[in-house]
Amino acid sequence: MAVLELDDVSVTYRSAAGPVPAVRGVSLTVDTGSSLGLAGESGSGKTTVTSTVLRLLPKSATVTGQVLLDGEDVLTMRWGRLRAVRWATASVVFQGAMHALNPVQRVGHQIAEPIRLHEKSVSEPTARARVGDLLEQVGLPSRVAQSYPHQLSGGQKQRVMIAMALACGPRLIVADEPTTALDVMVQQQVLEVLAERVRDLGLAMVFISHDLSVLASACDDLAVMYAGQVVEQGPSDQVFENAHHPYSRALGDAFPRIGDMRFRYSPSGLPGDPPFPGEAPSGCPFHPRCPQAREVCSTTEVQLRPSGERRWSSCLFAPEVGT
Amino acid sequence: MASDQQTPGRPQGRRAIARARRREALGRGWRQFRTHRGGMAGLGILVFFTLVALLAPVLFPPETISVTQATGELLAPPSAEYWLGTDDSGRSMLALLAWGARVSLTVGIAATLISMVIGTSVGIASGHYTGFGGATLQRLTDWVLVIPFLPLAIVLATVLGGGSTLTIIVVIGVTSWAGTARLIRAQTLSVEGRPYLERSRALGSGNWHQMTRHVLPNVFPLVLTNTTLTVAIAILSETTLSFLGLGDPLRPSWGSTLDQAFSNGAVSAGAWWYIGPPGLCVVLVVLSFTMIGRALEQIVNPRLGRQ
Amino acid sequence: MTESVLEARNLEVTFRGRGNQTARAVDGVDLSLGRGEIVALVGESGCGKTTLSRALLGLERPSGGEILVDGQPLEYSAGALKKHRRSAQLVLQDPTGALNPRRSVYEAVAEGLRVHRFDGDERAAVADALSRAGLRPPERFFLRYPHELSGGQRQRVVIAGALVLQPQVIIADEPVSSLDASVRGEILALLLSLRESLGLSLLVVTHDLGVAWNIADRIAVMYLGRIVEQGPTEEVLSAPKHPYTRALLSVVPEIDHVDPIVLTGEPPDPTAIPSGCRFHPRCPALRDGEAQAVAEDCRSKDLPVLSDADGHEAACWLTGTPAGH
Ligand SMILES: Nc1ncnc2c1ncn2[C@@H]1O[C@H](COP(=O)(O)OP(=O)(O)OP(=O)(O)O)[C@@H](O)[C@H]1O
Ligand SMILES: Nc1ncnc2c1ncn2[C@@H]1O[C@H](COP(=O)(O)OP(=O)(O)OP(=O)(O)O)[C@@H](O)[C@H]1O
Ligand code: SF4
Ligand code: SF4
Ligand SMILES: [Mg+2]
Ligand SMILES: [Mg+2]
Repeated sequence: MAVLELDDVSVTYRSAAGPVPAVRGVSLTVDTGSSLGLAGESGSGKTTVTSTVLRLLPKSATVTGQVLLDGEDVLTMRWGRLRAVRWATASVVFQGAMHALNPVQRVGHQIAEPIRLHEKSVSEPTARARVGDLLEQVGLPSRVAQSYPHQLSGGQKQRVMIAMALACGPRLIVADEPTTALDVMVQQQVLEVLAERVRDLGLAMVFISHDLSVLASACDDLAVMYAGQVVEQGPSDQVFENAHHPYSRALGDAFPRIGDMRFRYSPSGLPGDPPFPGEAPSGCPFHPRCPQAREVCSTTEVQLRPSGERRWSSCLFAPEVGT
Repeated sequence: MASDQQTPGRPQGRRAIARARRREALGRGWRQFRTHRGGMAGLGILVFFTLVALLAPVLFPPETISVTQATGELLAPPSAEYWLGTDDSGRSMLALLAWGARVSLTVGIAATLISMVIGTSVGIASGHYTGFGGATLQRLTDWVLVIPFLPLAIVLATVLGGGSTLTIIVVIGVTSWAGTARLIRAQTLSVEGRPYLERSRALGSGNWHQMTRHVLPNVFPLVLTNTTLTVAIAILSETTLSFLGLGDPLRPSWGSTLDQAFSNGAVSAGAWWYIGPPGLCVVLVVLSFTMIGRALEQIVNPRLGRQ
Repeated sequence: MTESVLEARNLEVTFRGRGNQTARAVDGVDLSLGRGEIVALVGESGCGKTTLSRALLGLERPSGGEILVDGQPLEYSAGALKKHRRSAQLVLQDPTGALNPRRSVYEAVAEGLRVHRFDGDERAAVADALSRAGLRPPERFFLRYPHELSGGQRQRVVIAGALVLQPQVIIADEPVSSLDASVRGEILALLLSLRESLGLSLLVVTHDLGVAWNIADRIAVMYLGRIVEQGPTEEVLSAPKHPYTRALLSVVPEIDHVDPIVLTGEPPDPTAIPSGCRFHPRCPALRDGEAQAVAEDCRSKDLPVLSDADGHEAACWLTGTPAGH
């Protein structure tokens, strides 16, 4: 059953420099017990598209399309209902969230806050015990509850944020780059914790990262965004190993393989800059940077279309499948 | 720079950039303010009283409020000639109120300025310096906060020499900053924990730079919203102090007018026009500042207004 | 080794932690950064990397040992610190927090220039730094505020703010961990090119061994306040000596031919550093019997501080008595 359904969602920010169409027609579905990885370059709109789920966007943003959370339309939800849904149905681990911790409160207290807010009847010892559990679930000793944020390292704070997101037993977790501040060892542990929640509790998860290898190991499906649009989607191992879009391929290839002398002193990246929102080039928006671009790419409008079993790509040269 | 010539009309130099940015921010703030009904109403009331205060000498020549040159009957009720009646010396109430607005608004705004400057400086410094200095300032703040206002004000006014508007301004200014300081200190502490201060330190900045460039801009919204509240308090305090006879007797304020009304038996004489209008003026101005404060708060703290 | 521009000698930094215990966040570190050298400092979360970098900038007072700048001990007077912080720059771990939300990109980048009373063309310097950090055209970013930028764009602003002072040394705390693959390559390439053109020395703090492989000449692996292995990047990453380094390498997602060794046991706690080898409660070599012969030493005999010599060294009884003091 689909916990989250985005249908043709577009988001435009109003800004001093004019409208910024950060997300343009994105449709995604996440089922219970499954996880979706969202990859893409900085500024491609990953955070923006997931912020529509809990209506966390600033006032300057206009959202069109439909966002269904458990079948309920989030965009038209009443304020009170929305508040109830936040944390309890869906919760977010924000990008760079660690600095959102209140510096003058013990972290245990902060983790318990959503519990107290949503379950008025919960007793103090129960709340405290649950905080201890949550901390252990993310690989921290329960005594960390007594610490203040400045006494914790970056990675420890990020894990506190994950514990907080799990606090009310949500059905959907949106994790916005939750492991970027973590070292590989803890990253591995956190990925396992999150994967376990998804498997055992039938949780749905949207996982944002720019590291394709992390997404491939953590998620069932993968969606790759470029310039506010999804350009490729499919089962994560297939997308990682055999991309149907040159952009996804470039993303995957950009990670150095340790021991491979090709990458020594030559960090590889994609040439050029991503377009400013609202100034996406004609035709395939990726064409100025695409190594495989041909004449037609700049003139033919592209859209996401099937390119295999459960696979979609917007590249004109992706494998064709009959409809 | 070559690119400079390609796009003329772009802001040049850092001053210009800062100005352009500020103008833009102000414009945005004003557009938001205009949508706030309470704030606009408050602003309307305030503009009205300011105009009255400014125009008082034109509308009502100084003779009209001189006790010796007053022309009206004593304690006369409102009439066609004296729209709001007269006081016990036969002066036009309307003229008294207009002239009173001058004193009350001046005291309110000037005292608030003093209070804000002291409160903000003390608050930021006591939050920023972690050592002995900060602790001392915090002790001082707490101390001023618990001393009851009236006795302190009366003592100060006596020491400074009562009976002048300036004294009243200074007295109110130096007695009312502690609340602000405490608020600003709390906000400063939360700003101090932010990594951008660490970055600034790593760039080699000193305390002054950190306090003025990073802490101040971040506590400023709080200062701004607090200002309107303090103006209201200062106007009320002026009323109280005048009521106690500590004001300048030659310059009637709303407070001193009320004081005279009470001491000359306006209540027993049933002269409601002597008490009601100055009281109403005080209430209206205080209310207008509070409403403006509310609106400002929503603009500078968008989280409040997101619903 | 080339002459060192910044060096920590037997450095110790302690904090008053929970319940008045002392947290020994940095507990005896020798580390030197040569002119034009790129060193990667890797290690688990909470092992003291950030504390070490802050101490190198004089932001944290060491409780033992010393910092040498160009061979001279760092002094802690306001003037000396300010001078040091002009030539050494810190790029913080978290770009979102590192930028004041109420200051525009232009002001954030120009801050260093203003602090140090730069008397050249400020606007040109800011524009130059921004474009070198990959924000092009720079003028379009001048008036933007941090909240109007994506995470990656913010980090580039922070890097531009460090570059604008044309420093000798950059200490970058996770400089690319929040950047996506393509930009990451560009920033790393940028750091490499700055080394070429300006002789910039770079200490990259990272948990990403791939970054070390991409740009670092040398790598130092830190565990619980100490450096446990250091040496030329190729050698350390292709033939790790310390069991901890081996475990780190095994969990890199790209390496699929080895089974991941996920370390178990209590996460390291700087308020209670184990005796003997500080890694022994979690050491896989000790657990699976590989270190049977030295097990006694592992548990009880303290290891010396690993000296910052040229070769490839590890602080582990398995590899023989390590060089140190
Ligand atoms: N409040 C805002 N006003 C104007 N533009 C904005 C605003 N927030 C984001 N943007 C722009 O929208 C685009 C998408 O931003 P978003 O934060 O969703 O990117 P992202 O994919 O999450 O990037 P990253 O990986 O760097 O976090 C960017 O170009 C950004 O500059
Ligand atoms: N101000 C402080 N007071 C008490 N303990 C502290 C303080 N700062 C850091 N610590 C402790 O010192 C240790 C080292 O912290 P540090 O931030 O240097 O780790 P790190 O290696 O940078 O970790 P990460 O990779 O997660 O950023 C941690 O255990 C942390 O809890
Ligand atoms: S459509 Fe053309 S430009 Fe776009 S990704 Fe495919 S080959 Fe490249
Ligand atoms: S000294 Fe012993 S416990 Fe420590 S790393 Fe080596 S083998 Fe493991
Ligand atoms: Mg993002
Ligand atoms: Mg750190």
